[in-house]
Order: sequence, then C-alpha cells, then structure tokens
Amino acid sequence: MQSKNLLELASAISSGAVRVVDLTFTLSPDFPVIVLPPEFGQAAPVRIQEISRYDGRGPAWYWNNVTFGEHTGTHFDAPIHWFTGKDLPNNAVDTMPPKDMIAPACVIDCSSQAAQNPDFLLTVPIVEAWEAKHGRIPERNWVLLRTDWSKKGWRDYANLRDDGAHTPGPNPEVMKWLVEQRGVIGFGTETIGTDAGQAGHLEPPYPAHHFLHGAGRYGLQCLCNLDQLPATGAVVVASPLKIQNGSGSPLRVIALVAPT
Amino acid sequence: MIDPIKPPRRKNPLLRTRLPASPPRPRSRTSHGFTRAAAEGRFMLQRCEACGSFAYPAREACPSCLSADLAFVDAPRRGMLLAETTARVPSDVYFRERAPWRIGLVKMDCGPTIVAHLHGDCAEGAAICMSLQLDKSGQAVAFAHPEGDTPNMADDKQWREMTADPKFRRVLVTNGRGVIGQEAVAALKAAGAKTVFVGVAEPWRPFAGEERLRDQDGIEIVTLDAADEKSVADLAADIGGKVDILVNTTEYVRPGGLLDRRGTSIARDEIDQAYLGFINLAQAFGPAMRMRGADGINSSAAWVNILSVYALANWPAFGAYSASQAACLSLSHCLRAELRPGGVKVMNLFTGPVDTEWFQMVPPPKVAPRAIAQAIVSGLKGGLEEMYVGDVAEEIRQRLAANPKALERELDR
Repeated sequence: MQSKNLLELASAISSGAVRVVDLTFTLSPDFPVIVLPPEFGQAAPVRIQEISRYDGRGPAWYWNNVTFGEHTGTHFDAPIHWFTGKDLPNNAVDTMPPKDMIAPACVIDCSSQAAQNPDFLLTVPIVEAWEAKHGRIPERNWVLLRTDWSKKGWRDYANLRDDGAHTPGPNPEVMKWLVEQRGVIGFGTETIGTDAGQAGHLEPPYPAHHFLHGAGRYGLQCLCNLDQLPATGAVVVASPLKIQNGSGSPLRVIALVAPT
Repeated sequence: MIDPIKPPRRKNPLLRTRLPASPPRPRSRTSHGFTRAAAEGRFMLQRCEACGSFAYPAREACPSCLSADLAFVDAPRRGMLLAETTARVPSDVYFRERAPWRIGLVKMDCGPTIVAHLHGDCAEGAAICMSLQLDKSGQAVAFAHPEGDTPNMADDKQWREMTADPKFRRVLVTNGRGVIGQEAVAALKAAGAKTVFVGVAEPWRPFAGEERLRDQDGIEIVTLDAADEKSVADLAADIGGKVDILVNTTEYVRPGGLLDRRGTSIARDEIDQAYLGFINLAQAFGPAMRMRGADGINSSAAWVNILSVYALANWPAFGAYSASQAACLSLSHCLRAELRPGGVKVMNLFTGPVDTEWFQMVPPPKVAPRAIAQAIVSGLKGGLEEMYVGDVAEEIRQRLAANPKALERELDR
C-alpha cells in the first residue's frame, strides 16, 4: 500500500466521503454499570469533580478530576480481564499490539429478535444465515451484535429483575465457533457486557469472556449507533487507554464507513 | 388557646427574603451544662452536693451554702408561673422581628426561680412544665409549657422558634433506596410535611419498596446520588430553595476493619458514600438553608444525620465503617457551626446496629428502621441536637463516658 492511499483516506474523512460514526456513549455518572452481588468488589462508578471552572480555584481554566472503573461506559475488554486469558502474552491494554486497535467489522442485525426476547441468544445458524447473505466472516474481523439495546432508557437498558439482568448476547457454541472457526479479533455488543444478562447460567458461564479472552481476543460493550453501520465494510478504531497492566478501559470507539 | 398554623402561601417574589437574625449568644462556660441538657432534651439544673438545693442560673458556688460542689443533674420540671410580661418593642433585632414576645417568671417546685420563654397557653398562677431548648443561636434557654396538652400546642409561635417541626415543611430524604429512608419518608409525611423529596441513586437499578414509595401522595422521587458531586448540584439547582429539612439517610455498611480486607476499594466506597456524600450535600444545600432560616412557616429548620454510635468508639468488626462514621461526626460539628447563623439545627441521631441486611450476623438487640424514623420526627418536634436510638447506642455512650479505655477493650472481641 502506498502512502498516497492513506492520504486519500484522510482526505475522504475530511471531506465526509468516508463517514465517521461514533459508537460511544458519553462517559457520565448516569450510565449504568455492571452490577455484581454486593459481597464482591464493585466497579467504581464514573465521577467527575471540578478542579476549577474559571473561578477562584483557577480563574482562566476549566478542568475536572475523573475517576472510574476500567469497565465503565463504552469500554474495551482485554484478554487479561478473564481467567482464561490470564497467562497469555501481551494480554493487557498496555501491551496489546496497536495494530489490533483497527480492524473491519461485520455487523449482525438481531434487533428484531432482541425486541421480542430480552434473553435472545445469538446462535451459529443465525450467523450462518448472515454469512449466506453477506459472505463468510473474514479472519481478524470484529463481529458486532446489533440489538438496538442502546436506544433504550437506562432502566430497560440494564433490565435488572430479581433473578438478574435480562439482556441479549451470544450462546456458548457461537462464541467458540466465531473464535475458532472464523478467527474473529473480537466481539462487540450494545449491552453492558459482551455476554448476555443471564450468561452466568450458560455452560461455560460467560462464554464470550471465556472463549474470546482465552484465545487472546477482545471485547467491546456499551456500543451505540450500530444501526448506522453496514453489515460489512466498516472499519472500527478501538484504542483503549494505555493503563499499566489494565484489564480494559473506557474508550472512544469510532467506525469508518465508505460511501456505498 | 393556639390557632393552628396555616399552610404557607407561595412567596411574593417581589419581596426580599429576610435574613435570619439570631438571639443573643454569649453564655458562661458553666452555662453550657444547660446546652448539653437541651441538646438531648433533658431538663437539668445544678444541685449542690453539700446541701442538696437546686440553683439557677448557672453558678460557681451554691447560693445557699457557698459550696463549690455544684453538679448538673436531671431535675423535676414542674413549676408555677408567678408573673408574665410581654415584650412589645425589644431592642434586640431577633426579638424585635418576632414581637410581641412573652416571657415569665417561674417558681420551680424544686426551688429556683427561672425567667423563661412562655408557651402561649401558660397562664399566671397555673402549673407549668419546664424544658430546656436550643434557640436559634443554638444556646440553651428555659421554656415553660402548660402542664397538660392543649389544642394545637405545637403550633405556638414561640415554641416553633425552638423546634424544627416538619409540619408544612418540605423535606429532602437523601436516600430512599434503603428501609431507613423509606421509613423516614413515611414518618415525616405523617408528621405533616408538605412535600417529601426522596433521593434515589442509579434509578435504573430496581429496589425493594419502590412501588410503595411511588404510590404515596406528597412524595417526589428525585434522582440523587449523594456521592456524585454533579448529581447533588443538579438537584440543588432544582429544589435547593425548597428544602427546609434535610435528612441524610445514606446507608453504606460493610463489615471488616483493616487487616482482613484487601485494598482500599471498599474503604473508598465508604468514604465516597458517607463522607464525601455529606460534603456534596452540605455544599449544595447548606448555603440556601442557612440563608432561609427565617423564611416564614416553612423556613429552613434542620439537618439530620443518622450516625452509627461507633463513630464515638471504633468497633473493629465494622472498623472501617466506624471510621467513616467518625469522619461524618466530626463534619457534623463543622456543619453545625456553619449553619448556626441561619438558625438551622444539625441533629445527630446515633444508632447501634440496625435491623438491615448488612448487620445480618449481628445478634439482637438491633434498632428497627421504624424506630429511627420515629426518633427523627420526635427529635425535630422537640428541637433536639443529639439523640441515642436504641439500647446499644445508649449503652455505648454511657460506657464511653465511664471509661473510654475499657470500652475500647470491650469492643475488641
């Protein structure tokens, strides 16, 4: 590839010929975070505290102190996040190869199924049907599960009931298959986790975390605007904060979409 | 007979909100024996250990036998109103604004004669019941009530200056997710609060009792995460000028001390919720409350903290929690001083372990959340500053006063 092509890309982005779609929720204290049983350690919520705002604390400048857990807001999961990936090389956000931060995406639209059933699980036949229409998922692609979950109000978004969260996700077979048979670079969702709300009851529990991170692949969650992406051809830029030995981080996820 | 107070009309926005004046403040150090009694709703006088006679006002030596051995003890409250007078044009700004103001000379059955503020139903020659109250300066004053109940007794103008009665006031209960908050909401509403705003953090997270809370009239559920600076500031921007009583029902209880916990995550949450939450609430709501201390029937009146009695003495089984409560206790004294110019009371309610989830493994006696709610209301109606709810709290206080070192060893079990 010549540098000319790269400059053409930059110019197409600048002119708007290549659309840049923001797949990120605003990082704010209001956004739901993962809920674990209270006896476990909890993700620190997002907090934004003013240092100064053109006032006596700093007359000409505005800035904040920000605190949050690694897994808050739209965020990235590195392999080290799960026990299956704990011994892999370069498994944290600071050591992962930077080239993995840019990759094409296949978007599987399951919004109608998810609207019918909050516990909808993605299966191999659904992906095979998608492939029949859009072609085989290439290696080192993101698979993004579109559910339109990001369009819900926060309460329905978290959808917590007395038996836990009810949100869509992948089943164990499809996760193993995507990782082993399709060599995906990662799996992304609109929901609070890459796994379904009830995934603790699957075998293995939390299959997306289990298989993705066990194979050194990545997770993206709390994505939005997936409805603005084509089924294939979008390129996702997802570069997490370089937190030392970090298991993940909130990040700005953008997608480049070429004109059709 | 006292006319019942009426629900306040809406304010005339063309009129300036009058600033709260304060009654005279200076007291001798010895006189603060009365302050301590008034803060707890007790009636105490000095009694001579040598001759047994009661003395008033506070003295350094017994007026009967000149012994210096005078101690504050609980004293009989009964007396007789000898004479009353009405101050119509007092020179003091506070009293001038509230004139006419009745005071009287009361002969106590136990001996001394006391100049006291009078409830409207006190009549010359009749028996009265005396109490010590904290006035808008936070200082103890003697207050004479009729001996029995009279109609609309709590609505007396002079009495209301001494109390923080929820009637017709607007209350913010900061955390409605827990049982304590929910019981407080119900009790305050039953006590005649006009509106109870009830804060709910993370409204996307369901919680027990939510339906019942939503179904009650006069209750407004508001989004409030006390630990989040912006959430608190946003709510204060909406309702800061309408919060007459703030009841801080933050509940964040976790067992554990230092060595058996790993890291500071839980401690940080404890500090975030209890201590920083307190600061956020104070900074957002305090200034308007301080400014609105004389704003009519529904003037700002009180700030209530619910503190663990282990704020006074660390209980290692809940050691880090105890420390967070101690921090809040210290902060409450700062808040009390800062709200003083507004005449806004800061009431601390100390409890032992409460009958809630995180004290599951603690054996009884435990304090029922409803008992806390009832104590809040009775404390506000009585104008108290310190309350000990339940046997454990009272016992810890007494053991601490008797021998702090012994208590430290005893709590280490």
